[in-house]
Amino acid sequence: MSLTPAELTSSVTGGIGTSPQRPDGNLKVRGEFAYASDLWHEDMIWGSTLRSPHPYARIVSIDLTEALEVPGVYAVLTHEDVPGANLYGLEHKDQPVLAVDVVRYQGEAVALVGADHPETATRAMKRIKVEYEVLEPVVDMETAADDTPLHPGGNLVRHVPIRRGGQAPTADVVVTGRYEVGMQDQAFLGPESGLAVPAEDGGVDLYIATQWLHVDQGQVASALGMPLDKVRLTLSGVGGAFGGREDLSMQVHACMLALHTRKPVKMVYNREESFYGHVHRHPAVLHYEHGATNDGKLVYVKARIFLDGGAYASSTGAVVANAATLGVGPYEVDNVTIDCYGVYTNNPPCGAMRGFGAVQAGFAYESQMDKLADALGMDPVDVRIANAMTEGSVMPTGQVVDSAAPVAQLLKLVKDKPLPPVSTTLDLRSMPGGVSNTTHGEGVVRGIGYAVGIKNVCFSEGYDDYSTARVRVQVINGELVALAHTAACEVGQGLVTIMQQIVRTELGVQRVTILPMDTSIGNGGSTSASRQTYVTGGAVKAACAAVRDKLAKLAGGRDLSEVDLVELLGDDVVDETVEWRHRATEPLDPETGQGNAHVQYGFAAHRAVVDVDVELGLVKVVELDCAQDVGNALNPQAVLGQIQGGSAQGLGLAVMEEIQTSGGKVRNPSFTDYLIPTVLDMPPMSIDVLELADPNAPYGVRGVGEPPTISSTPAIVAAIRAATGLALTRVPVRPEHITGT
Amino acid sequence: MDFLRPNTFAEALALKAEQPDAVPIAGGTDVMVELNFDHRRPPALLDLTRIAELREWSAVDGKLRVGSGVPYARIIEQLGGQLPGLAMASRTVGSPQIRNRGTVGGNLGAASPAGDTHPVLLAGDAVIEAASARGTRMIPAAEFYLGVKRNALEPDELIAAVHLNAAPGPEQFAKVGTRNAMVIAVCSFAIALHPAEKRVGAAVGSAAPTPRHATAAEEFLAGELDWDAPKPLLDSVKRRFGELVAEAASPIDDVRGSAAYRKHALAVLARRTLGWAWQDHLGKETRECA
Ligand SMILES: Cc1cc2nc3c(=O)[nH]c(=O)nc-3n(C[C@H](O)[C@H](O)[C@H](O)COP(=O)(O)OP(=O)(O)OC[C@H]3O[C@@H](n4cnc5c(N)ncnc54)[C@H](O)[C@@H]3O)c2cc1C
Repeated sequence: MSLTPAELTSSVTGGIGTSPQRPDGNLKVRGEFAYASDLWHEDMIWGSTLRSPHPYARIVSIDLTEALEVPGVYAVLTHEDVPGANLYGLEHKDQPVLAVDVVRYQGEAVALVGADHPETATRAMKRIKVEYEVLEPVVDMETAADDTPLHPGGNLVRHVPIRRGGQAPTADVVVTGRYEVGMQDQAFLGPESGLAVPAEDGGVDLYIATQWLHVDQGQVASALGMPLDKVRLTLSGVGGAFGGREDLSMQVHACMLALHTRKPVKMVYNREESFYGHVHRHPAVLHYEHGATNDGKLVYVKARIFLDGGAYASSTGAVVANAATLGVGPYEVDNVTIDCYGVYTNNPPCGAMRGFGAVQAGFAYESQMDKLADALGMDPVDVRIANAMTEGSVMPTGQVVDSAAPVAQLLKLVKDKPLPPVSTTLDLRSMPGGVSNTTHGEGVVRGIGYAVGIKNVCFSEGYDDYSTARVRVQVINGELVALAHTAACEVGQGLVTIMQQIVRTELGVQRVTILPMDTSIGNGGSTSASRQTYVTGGAVKAACAAVRDKLAKLAGGRDLSEVDLVELLGDDVVDETVEWRHRATEPLDPETGQGNAHVQYGFAAHRAVVDVDVELGLVKVVELDCAQDVGNALNPQAVLGQIQGGSAQGLGLAVMEEIQTSGGKVRNPSFTDYLIPTVLDMPPMSIDVLELADPNAPYGVRGVGEPPTISSTPAIVAAIRAATGLALTRVPVRPEHITGT
Repeated sequence: MDFLRPNTFAEALALKAEQPDAVPIAGGTDVMVELNFDHRRPPALLDLTRIAELREWSAVDGKLRVGSGVPYARIIEQLGGQLPGLAMASRTVGSPQIRNRGTVGGNLGAASPAGDTHPVLLAGDAVIEAASARGTRMIPAAEFYLGVKRNALEPDELIAAVHLNAAPGPEQFAKVGTRNAMVIAVCSFAIALHPAEKRVGAAVGSAAPTPRHATAAEEFLAGELDWDAPKPLLDSVKRRFGELVAEAASPIDDVRGSAAYRKHALAVLARRTLGWAWQDHLGKETRECA
């Protein structure tokens, strides 16, 4: 007999459904939290990376002589020093740890220096002589597949077709559009950083800011030519991730230097290097055609979508699948023809970022829905509601949506909110341009826009997606305490708090310690795809259930709620480890794109109210309200934080955030010119949270982190269109797009 | 790298004479960024923050002398009434943290074409007091900016202060950036009315290799404005003024904006700020008559 949680939790606070303080909260607010960049080890040396200045070039020669002569230099390493496989990658092993005879993007790692001081390392790097033969870069994603092949198999990384229903449909009303999405950066505040310590056993211990310890471990071990147990990773303080830490940055480099010099090696990127050191959001070109009946019912959607993966594949394949399968949005459409292509170019490599393919598609399909409404003379919200999917709807992949899909309800919620009054006082902070004093009301026009989006939650397409959790209870100083251990990365989102809450609820233990996340326990899976509360939360819940079973056995059939657990346990320890999987998914049919590829769908809707200075092209987002279904808000405050943060990131993409490239070169690798929203750009939000439990998910949760990033961008652009009457087919919208200069 | 910490201005000047390649550091909001990015490796830093006299301002006969080390936050707080244009520009600089440390002296020292105080100093006929162990010279703002990040200081000179008249008339400053706060100017514009002299000062920032006067626009207004019997401005006058301001610029295309946009935006800013300043002037006239 096992206990139910309710029997145990009566006296415990801070369980699920409440918002207890995060264990790392005070430290972070006071600036005392140790991030990976604060790592320190006695006797450590510093590593740095020489990077290619060219987007595409052949390496003619590398001369290390002068660099090695710099006093204080311990090692200068090139591809020849990579002990194991010099190719790695999340989906395709196509990226060299250090470039061999060709560099494919500006910033590609070519050589490493280990030195007694960062300054020494910099000096030595400047003395490495690399002779390049510069080649013409491939930079156009729409023609890349037919251009100079950058990799042995050509430049097409993946093509996902979706064929559903009739392929030659006709409709009363047809709207077409070509849309572009610029390259967004995750812009996490803590740059890439880690410390590699050579171990007695010939292995290495790596302390690292990452979002997936085990996938790092596998790739590092392979590059070092070592068995997995010789490469041990511990999560260090992570200053944000948003997808940008799914790929390797300095992991192998630091370990190579550490093993070579037998010294602890620290590497920290500065902000500029960080822009070259991680993948970005795929820029996209999207061609859409929507056909509808005269009363606004969608008949068909056709789309050709191009995603620029840059020089290496990273997670391009999965991003392509997302953009394709989610390509019509949260709408019922019987006839769908989508071709989505991810390609190699010599632009910066692109991979995971919050929203992962759904963001790019979302901007295009929501722009199309507005265009359709316009063509039909219908209200944009009504058109969406007329086509909104519900539980039981069929996706373009043929998958039936088998839990709540309250798309119409979310739209109604944001539509019915009271509108903000037009500002009558002259407070510059509420004007487009802010305190820069560009308008006192002249040229300012208000606009309102709506959007809704869909995102898959957890890993898809048959991937064996699971998490491992260990929970232990024991009596310490007469008090029952629990300890939870996983390898699932806390990157700032609050997983540590959720784990504590779950253990409190499941075991009725107030004091819950979370062990450092490391590879001494099994895989926790990636902190991405809005999946950790679902999957690692599910694993912790399952481990707690196993612990309860053990306790029940100890109690020998007595009713546990009547038993004093402190007495029952005495000096015993109950310690259970569980591997937990969500229900399985299937691969997509390669010809038709049909298949039950996704685990769960999440939905959010936004209404944006903007004031646009139409003469200067400056935008003030006045309000950005959101409604989202989260299944079950395990931590209501953290849920709101995710919705606010995701919306802000969507706002950034709508009006300012873009890595600008020219001929493959990054033009703005700094926070001086890569702008992210400030408190004067991001308005207060009114948020409605629905909790329509998903019966398939632990506690009924639905992934929270990504959906708000998807609908925020198109809602804001729709509002700018409403204010200006312009088509605005590219994000971020720049002042020039509005003024036409 | 040496870190020199003089306690008095005289000491600082002596050190600068001895070691002209020592880089002065006031708030450090430009210098530290350059050092962090390894764009600059000076043999020595000359810290000016211990020098009390650089952090003071004084007013004599309607003339203000603002020490080069007075941070923006204090200009906004203490000089908004007397130097409204400078205070407005200061208000647009960076974030609260940057305004607590950053100084007008540093803005002038850096002489970036995008520095926010420059158009205001030009429009308000500021004079820069440059000092060295050899003595002091007064450099009109119009002669101070020589090129992109180049100014008229000699290697042994330091900026002691900026001299400005307490606003003789309404002043306005406006800057376009692609974010609503903490943003480098895509372009900026300052206007200062000088009713006693029946003329207008106008200058553009971030739209040419140096900040500069919009001379033709200034001259145009001098001929158009009726100072003795002020009346509301004709739209055509504002428009022409805007065009002339745009013509004064020779901007480039860069990541922050296109040259065409900068010209367009300058014309809009010029029209609007002239309207606000003239409206202020009309208001004052009516109040004084009443
Ligand atoms: C996040 C951020 C945002 C910013 N935003 C803006 C902005 O919006 N607008 C803007 O205009 N600027 C901005 N800046 C740039 C900077 O803050 C300003 O230029 C500021 O005025 C510099 O003042 P400082 O005292 O910090 O100068 P410092 O960095 O100390 O010095 C700047 C230069 O002036 C020289 N110098 C300083 N004092 C003297 C002196 N007395 N005599 C001779 N030379 C001297 C130094 O040697 C150096 O070359 C920003 C900077 C940062 C980091």
